Amino acid sequence: MPGPAFDEMWGGEEGDGVRPPYEEVASWLENTPHDELLQRQDAAETIFRKLGITFAVYGDDAAEERIIPFDIVPRVISSDEWARLERGLEQRVSAINAFLCDIYGRREILSAGLIPEELVLANPQFRLPMTRIKPPHGVWAHICGTDLVRTGPDSFFVLEDNARTPSGVSYMLEDREAMQRLFPGLLARHKVRPVEHYPDTLLAMMRSVAPPGAGRDPCCVVMTPGPFNSAFYEHSFLADRIGVELVEGNDLFVRDRAVYMRTTEGPRRVDVIYRRVDDDYLDPLMFRPDSMLGLPGLMDAYSAGNVTVVNAPGTGIADDKAIYSYMPEIVRFYSGEDAILPNVETHRCREPDALAYVLDRLPELVVKLVDGSGGYGMLVGPTATAAEIEAFRARIVASPERFIAQPTLALSTCPTLTAKGLAPRHVDLRPFILTGATGSTIVPGGLTRVALTEGSLVVNSSQGGGTKDTWVLHDGGRR
Amino acid sequence: MLSRAASSLYWIGRHIERADFTARLIEAALQFDLLPFTETQSDWTSAMQASGSAGLFDGDLATATREMVTHFLAFDQGNPSSIISCLEKARNDGRTVRTALTRECFETLNDAWMSFRPRARNARGGDLQPFLDWVKEVGRTFEGALHRTMLRNEPCWFLQLGLVLERADNTARLLDVKYHVLLPKGEQVGGALDQAQWTALLRSVSAVTAYRWVYREGLQPWLIADLMILREEMPRSLAACMVEANALLAQLRRTSGRTGPADRQVRALQACLTDRNIEEIFQSGLHEFLAGFISDSNRLSLAVAEQFLF
Repeated sequence: MPGPAFDEMWGGEEGDGVRPPYEEVASWLENTPHDELLQRQDAAETIFRKLGITFAVYGDDAAEERIIPFDIVPRVISSDEWARLERGLEQRVSAINAFLCDIYGRREILSAGLIPEELVLANPQFRLPMTRIKPPHGVWAHICGTDLVRTGPDSFFVLEDNARTPSGVSYMLEDREAMQRLFPGLLARHKVRPVEHYPDTLLAMMRSVAPPGAGRDPCCVVMTPGPFNSAFYEHSFLADRIGVELVEGNDLFVRDRAVYMRTTEGPRRVDVIYRRVDDDYLDPLMFRPDSMLGLPGLMDAYSAGNVTVVNAPGTGIADDKAIYSYMPEIVRFYSGEDAILPNVETHRCREPDALAYVLDRLPELVVKLVDGSGGYGMLVGPTATAAEIEAFRARIVASPERFIAQPTLALSTCPTLTAKGLAPRHVDLRPFILTGATGSTIVPGGLTRVALTEGSLVVNSSQGGGTKDTWVLHDGGRR
Repeated sequence: MLSRAASSLYWIGRHIERADFTARLIEAALQFDLLPFTETQSDWTSAMQASGSAGLFDGDLATATREMVTHFLAFDQGNPSSIISCLEKARNDGRTVRTALTRECFETLNDAWMSFRPRARNARGGDLQPFLDWVKEVGRTFEGALHRTMLRNEPCWFLQLGLVLERADNTARLLDVKYHVLLPKGEQVGGALDQAQWTALLRSVSAVTAYRWVYREGLQPWLIADLMILREEMPRSLAACMVEANALLAQLRRTSGRTGPADRQVRALQACLTDRNIEEIFQSGLHEFLAGFISDSNRLSLAVAEQFLF
């Protein structure tokens, strides 16, 4: 196991004392009786359940819908810390977009020999049809949720990029609303930068990438696989907040290479689709023919330039974990600069040396499927049993190219309310980067996920993680 | 708006109203059950028949007991019109169109769904009445939220259209209970027991006081029927519901510019109610009239779906 973790409130070393951005929060925690905190926590849960802020857990019949646990102790980020994160994220997302543009176009990075060709061209996330389509304004990953972890005062690392259909932004907004309702006084004592304008920013971004023929008032929609999808709440929440229709595949049809939705007044032309449907299910004519979720003909309308798809199909290749390991090279290749935010050290099991290293040290490492997500199909060496490790070893040996391994990081902790009082729990951070025709915007903050089980490093909601409100402070921190 | 959303909203309205009606129907049957000399059996059979779901009952209707019938009408998930099925469908539809609902409207549906099970457990253990009262309260809360918080636009009109068309259908079915409840041998039509049954019916829709305001005389079966069928000032009468349905369709017409079969049918139904008086209806047979109305209102519902491309 890694050593004692850096704590967001208390710092790293014994006797450091409270870190400056946390001074108010620390004294609030000290002066509020535990019972009262628990009571507010309950109140928050009631609000979330009443509003139906739920997610579905796949393969779990007993609890069809759950709420994601919400922790009332905020995670605080100083304005300087944020400024650096913001620059790093913009740089990274701009490189991701350049990379996507390139591999579906001239493939200069492959000619330069920086990335093995087959890793891109034979990647299951590579979408051949996209080599014939130019997304409007060259934007591919319009919405990117990049997961950051921290191990020390100045060490933030990128754990992964979610460039397909990242979720969690509704929790960022709901968590803030809950805090405003539960602890207005505490918020008032800080200068917390607002996040409420996220929906407006999202809509403005969508409108900015509308196809050239869309006219002055482009029709935007959010497309969902339907109420059985685990993130359905978020889909309907977003459609609601940005004031557009929430559509399913069946609500749309394609005529003369244009997309229309079925309304009570007849067909209405659609210009921009923020789809929360995976590539595979997007258009049965182009991808999986057995899909009932998508829209037949969508890709044809897209290639004719009559509709914009957000995010563009094929972006998944940029968040593939094997490609991730090349991200420092990718950033350097397209921006000419070093990456501001480093990657977590990553061993690609497809390379013989790395494979030998990984097999040697399985009990110390975290091993992930290159195309896995949601905390499924991974091995956390230090907490796995010997039998689990051996079973995983066999899988890695059988197909090494499917795995990467990373050291077990001492993720930072944040004080978290438990039945027994405040206790440190590991956290990560997912900011959301929006990229439109005129560049990127990041609403200050993001989703802080917290591993509620003592010692656990897995923060995914599907694995029992919770969330916290994320406070990015203005200069000076306090009012 | 999306046709699918319009359809979901319309059905939320229908399901919420149907849950309310089923609660009232069970109440009416419980009341009949308390009257002296009635054949208990026929009360429960008639409640089933009026619900329109008797065909789905998995057992012999003639020997169905109070427990079996109340379970089937209130708690059986295999019965698509049971209270639990209606509340569950309304809530699921509410989730899919929550962008079209206000927070208060959705919360009512979500709350009802979440608290159904604990309440049902209590009701099964003993007294049904608090449970039935709660179901009616859900309907009132939902309609209150609808009237107080929804913009007066298409989503609101589709919800209301669902509510009033279901309400008209239910009033007709409730009245028809009387046809199915047989008077015991020796009892006179218009006699004391007949009268008591009509009164129980009126009470189940909370309209005893309304009756007295309108007629200022003792309870008479044909006047009760008159109130529930022809009187426009009685909010759940067939006539009042058709006036409202016509007005809602007119609103939708104004927004969408679409006219069609639903507009024609609702006008025809409304005209047929204004041209009648209650004596004629009784002469040609109350049951026949009500059965005719129920099938007309079914057709109207299909026409709505056709007109708005559901």
